[in-house]
Amino acid sequence: MVPEPLDPASMIPEPFEVLSTRQDTRDTWTLSLKSCDGRPVPFEPGQFMMISAGGAGEVPISISGDPDEPELLVHTVRAVGLATEALCSAKPGRILAGRGPFGGSWPVAELEGMDVVLAAGGIGLAPLRPAIVALLARREHYGRLVLLYGGRAPDQLLYGEELEAWAARRMEVHITVDSAGPEWLGHVGVVTRLIARAKVDGPATAALTCGPEVMMRFTVAGLRDTGVDPDQIYVSMERNMQCGIGHCGHCQFGPSLVCRDGPVYRWSEVEPWIGIREL
Amino acid sequence: MTSVQVIERHDLDALFDALAQDGHTIIGPTVRDRAIVFDEIRGVADLPIGWTDEQDGGHYRLRRREDEALFGFAVGPHSWKRYQLPPQVTLWQGRVDGQGGITEITPPAPDERRYAFIGARSCDLHAIGILEHVIGQTSQPPFIVAVQCAQAGGTCFCVSMNTGPVATSGFDLALTEAIDGDRHHFVVEVGSDAGERVLAKVPHREATDGDQDEAKAIHAHTASQMGRELDTSGIKELLYRNFDHPRWDEVAGRCLTCGNCTMVCPTCFCTTVEDVTDLDGDRVERNQLWDSCFTVDYSHIHGGAVRGSSRSRYRQWMTHKLATWWDQFDSSGCVGCGRCITWCPVGIDITEEARAIRATEGSPDAHN
Amino acid sequence: MRTIDEEITDSPIFAGLERAHLELIAGCAQNVHMSEDTLLVREGDPANVFYLIRKGRVALEVNSPARGALLIETLSPGDAVGWSWLFAPYRWQLDGRTMESSDLIAFDGACLRGKVEQDHELGYQLMKRFAANVVDRLQATRMQLLDVYGQVGV
Repeated sequence: MVPEPLDPASMIPEPFEVLSTRQDTRDTWTLSLKSCDGRPVPFEPGQFMMISAGGAGEVPISISGDPDEPELLVHTVRAVGLATEALCSAKPGRILAGRGPFGGSWPVAELEGMDVVLAAGGIGLAPLRPAIVALLARREHYGRLVLLYGGRAPDQLLYGEELEAWAARRMEVHITVDSAGPEWLGHVGVVTRLIARAKVDGPATAALTCGPEVMMRFTVAGLRDTGVDPDQIYVSMERNMQCGIGHCGHCQFGPSLVCRDGPVYRWSEVEPWIGIREL
Repeated sequence: MTSVQVIERHDLDALFDALAQDGHTIIGPTVRDRAIVFDEIRGVADLPIGWTDEQDGGHYRLRRREDEALFGFAVGPHSWKRYQLPPQVTLWQGRVDGQGGITEITPPAPDERRYAFIGARSCDLHAIGILEHVIGQTSQPPFIVAVQCAQAGGTCFCVSMNTGPVATSGFDLALTEAIDGDRHHFVVEVGSDAGERVLAKVPHREATDGDQDEAKAIHAHTASQMGRELDTSGIKELLYRNFDHPRWDEVAGRCLTCGNCTMVCPTCFCTTVEDVTDLDGDRVERNQLWDSCFTVDYSHIHGGAVRGSSRSRYRQWMTHKLATWWDQFDSSGCVGCGRCITWCPVGIDITEEARAIRATEGSPDAHN
Repeated sequence: MRTIDEEITDSPIFAGLERAHLELIAGCAQNVHMSEDTLLVREGDPANVFYLIRKGRVALEVNSPARGALLIETLSPGDAVGWSWLFAPYRWQLDGRTMESSDLIAFDGACLRGKVEQDHELGYQLMKRFAANVVDRLQATRMQLLDVYGQVGV
């Protein structure tokens, strides 16, 4: 494995202006950005940017926008620390610093002809959104498109109106929450229960899954029980990514560097390593 | 380049003068704070004349030699890494506007200094090459005057790692110090055109067969004195098979996770990034700093650290150095310099840990 | 120390089985000792064995990268550890770790799986008991999930 030569320019960010923000849940905001020099940022579904606001530190955030609209950079951010809180509180007009896009992508083009199941847990729907948009843009090239989406509670679900719009475009959308009050009329239960409900045809299916690692592990097990090939299951691994370009060492996962070899991996690549505690 | 020459001890300052005249910043070994470190030096007088080092696990002392050798020691806590990948680098500077936005992002002016390294050992030449392969060339290539070790250090194991004791490439000039009573000279191998040009400005003579035989004998003697040994056969597979070996728990009982090993290791390259604003909050600077996989924060993701235990962090460091480095960079990460052993406050020895895992693999105690 | 036969006969999970079945099960059993903090079973591994705790305690856990081992439930003397040996896909769904030095009886689940395919009466009796175990734990888990102590007025 030959490392990429370090291009010092990739450590220098570009300025991006916040065009609009939308609060999705109590602690999650979606920001739409454009680069200050007006240039589009072409990206593949699954890639991420390194973004920072006002000197509060830089964090990796998946791109959640439409790959066919690269003039608009969309990020869904959860406020869990100083850097993300600074991003979530950014108002339109604010200038952020961004680098990227980095990382590999969901292999959307390679899945043509197959049924595609997307299994999202919590904020894991955000990195999958560009894949969903890309699949729907070329709907006729795929078999069934199935979204299984699990969240903690109804008020923590993302992209509510869009979920309905996707369902109207021949994507089967199944949603469940871990717990809810009586006003919720949907499913309650873990997301893996939706696999049987969706009657997944294993051998004909490729799956993309993103969410907390525990959720992904059990989702993969559930998918494999229906006969999905582990080479056709893709997961998004999370590790501490700081430089985004494979040079700072933090995102190591066994021999792999998540920022460069991932974050999207085939399950068969990840399986030998994911069971090693504290790897 | 097969030309072998000899420089007399009293002519060696001319080498420094030639390099300084060419505009080099000369870095070499010098005594400071009871250790031999690398710093800017101007001439022979700044070298650790007549000093040697006594090294073992968690032990480093300087001792007076019985002779006045200029390079009669092994390696100290510094490595050339601090010039390839400085401990702190400013990536960019910018301004923060009234709304907290970042503007005027400007990278710093590039460092135009040209270094000359005096006294680089074979292990360190390999380390320079390995680190360059990992991070690329980050500054002007240095002029390198290597020194062939005339004695091995107490924790050295370059022979096991195939990185010494004799440097065969990667230098412009390589010196073997020969000292015997009043006789004191340096057998010089020329390694490049640049080396040839610099040597031309230093008084020298052609080496005799006797000079060259003496140098070879010195090299052979050093090779026989290694303080440590590491069996590298199948080591990647060995470590990949043994992530659950109880030895990791055992070493975790000793490891303080102080990170000294990563600081002194000439190939450890991990860095972190820090945003610093000034007191008024209108200027911001992003700096890249050395980091260590031994810190808890190193592997932090939302919810906590992936490697919370010291067991997992020691395992990460050693497995990376000896095993996963092969998959990432097609070589070992270890050059057998022994620094990690010497500078570990509790004397943890990477060669001993590897031996223990290899020896007890598969035994009843070896599987949880 | 009681014999394996005595432990099995008195254990809740095997209570009421006829003599011949108890002997068959005892024939697939052996005593094991595990020291403290030993990983007994690992999520994803084939489930070809199950255990009865004689002495000690076992924690059922799920491993998470940043939060470490998440404790689901603890099991005590008399409890059976594991039902995945009897229900497809015959893989452990959780990690099991001894919380203290423990004496366990290990049962050859793969062998018993073979036997219940032939002896349906044995199969029915074991299914009844292990399924009841699952129902019991599921109800308990549901109560745990409600987080009753965390909510006012439940």
